[in-house]
Amino acid sequence: MLDLILKENKVLSDQYNLLILTSKDKIPEILPGQFAEVRVDGSPTTFLRRPISIHYVDYELNELWLLIQVKGDGTKRLSNLAPGESLNLLFPLGNSFQEPASKEAGILLVGGGCGVAPLLYLGAHLKKKGFHVNFLLGARSKADLIELCEYERFGNVYTTTEDGSHGESGFVTQHSILNNTVFDYYYTCGPTPMMKAVARHANKTKANCQVSLENTMACGIGACLCCVTDTTDGHVCVCTEGPVFNITKLKWQI
Amino acid sequence: MANLNINIGKLQLKNPVMTASGTFGYGSEYSDFLDISRIGGIIVKGTTIRARQGNPYPRMAETYSGMLNAVGLQNKGVDYFINHIYPTVKDIDTNIIVNVSGSTIEEYVETAEKLNLLENIPAIELNISCPNVKEGGMAFGTNCLSAAQVVREVRRVYKNELIVKLSPNVTDISEIALAVEGEGADSVSLINTLLGMAINAEKRKPVLSTITGGLSGPAVKPIALRMVWQVAQAVKIPVIGLGGIMNASDAIEFMLAGATAIQIGTANFIDPTVTIKVIDGINEYLDRHNFKSVQDIIGALEI
Repeated sequence: MLDLILKENKVLSDQYNLLILTSKDKIPEILPGQFAEVRVDGSPTTFLRRPISIHYVDYELNELWLLIQVKGDGTKRLSNLAPGESLNLLFPLGNSFQEPASKEAGILLVGGGCGVAPLLYLGAHLKKKGFHVNFLLGARSKADLIELCEYERFGNVYTTTEDGSHGESGFVTQHSILNNTVFDYYYTCGPTPMMKAVARHANKTKANCQVSLENTMACGIGACLCCVTDTTDGHVCVCTEGPVFNITKLKWQI
Repeated sequence: MANLNINIGKLQLKNPVMTASGTFGYGSEYSDFLDISRIGGIIVKGTTIRARQGNPYPRMAETYSGMLNAVGLQNKGVDYFINHIYPTVKDIDTNIIVNVSGSTIEEYVETAEKLNLLENIPAIELNISCPNVKEGGMAFGTNCLSAAQVVREVRRVYKNELIVKLSPNVTDISEIALAVEGEGADSVSLINTLLGMAINAEKRKPVLSTITGGLSGPAVKPIALRMVWQVAQAVKIPVIGLGGIMNASDAIEFMLAGATAIQIGTANFIDPTVTIKVIDGINEYLDRHNFKSVQDIIGALEI
């Protein structure tokens, strides 16, 4: 548990904010896919911490990035934080995405909506390890397709928007890169129907597919047993056994 | 530094702060954050005779100042506890207490019998108040006759300290407390969660898979405090107070109302180190008010 200091609050669109946090202490090593439980102060309707993906870590600048989508009072409060204010985080929590077995592997990272958050750090991590990364990012419209230049630092970026204002028109699952190219590894995070569609796609070629789940959580450390998902091992906590699951573990009808 | 030691019957605690069942795992989940041996007692997750998968997801809904849960006693069963958990917790320098639940009286008895053989489990907490399982659980605790019957049968086989955890979902909690006291309960703990409900209006659906669930957190504290005060006046055995305790001041209020010890539950989810802060805060309060011992504030409410 650490109190981080907000260095910068970047308004990315009318629903997304990027919180750049720093600390006097060295930010601990964080694996791609891990998350933080963020305490929200000053919101009367927000009682529990909010599980939020680690969006990016810059160890040189000692920065931790959180992507916030304003959904309710808690995230609204987070989006209104001012530089200099502190934020209490329980982190790093959860497991991580698993790297491909071969450097030659074809890799596609598929994100929709706020689900893109863990993929930036995953992409950065994979590139650093010498993998070739492709991102497929979807949003409702161009305005919500945020930080594309950040993703471009780490790989090829393909986009879709529901209104056709950027990239191909439609959902990520309709994009030509997904439908015309076979990849060996699919990493996905976003709305469940999107992740299931990606899982179905990966399943056709028996490719490795890892999904990051976002169940409602209380403790974040495996004590309350609230965030479970049904797996081949029975009910397991998403906060400790996940948030990343290989689709072969999940009992998804795909 | 005041004396924080208290006894609940034969159970000796280094301080009156315990963790509530289902909110602290088996302790190890929290050992990265605090020295768990500083806590007066750790009540581990509800344990049943056989493994239970618990309820389907979603199991939790946040509320104003609290949360509803519908976990449904997910656990790996008492034999798993004995063979795999007990060896890892038995040498922790605190009281490890097992919360016991069941669907039938036989299941409670069989589980208690097995736990009775464990040298380093000084007590069990009989859960006759879980609102989240269809059969058993709360059904036993909402009726004086069935509450008395399950305590009587468990008392026959269980020789260590027997704590009985009471349900607030009753007309008069003091009657249930008196009934279990009459059958040999060594102490009572209260309150378990209050039965509640959450609805997603946009989807016109219940939020929880079980439709209803148990409400906890500071939202329930005034009710819990009132019930602890009522029960403490009705029974002679020690009362353990819980329900929405978030800080030392809350804990002290329960003790002033008559609780010999307290449990911290939902607050662990917000601050994993809250137990230590409450222990330190109680000590600070005692010093500030010139109390030599924490026992001096039990039931010290001035009316």
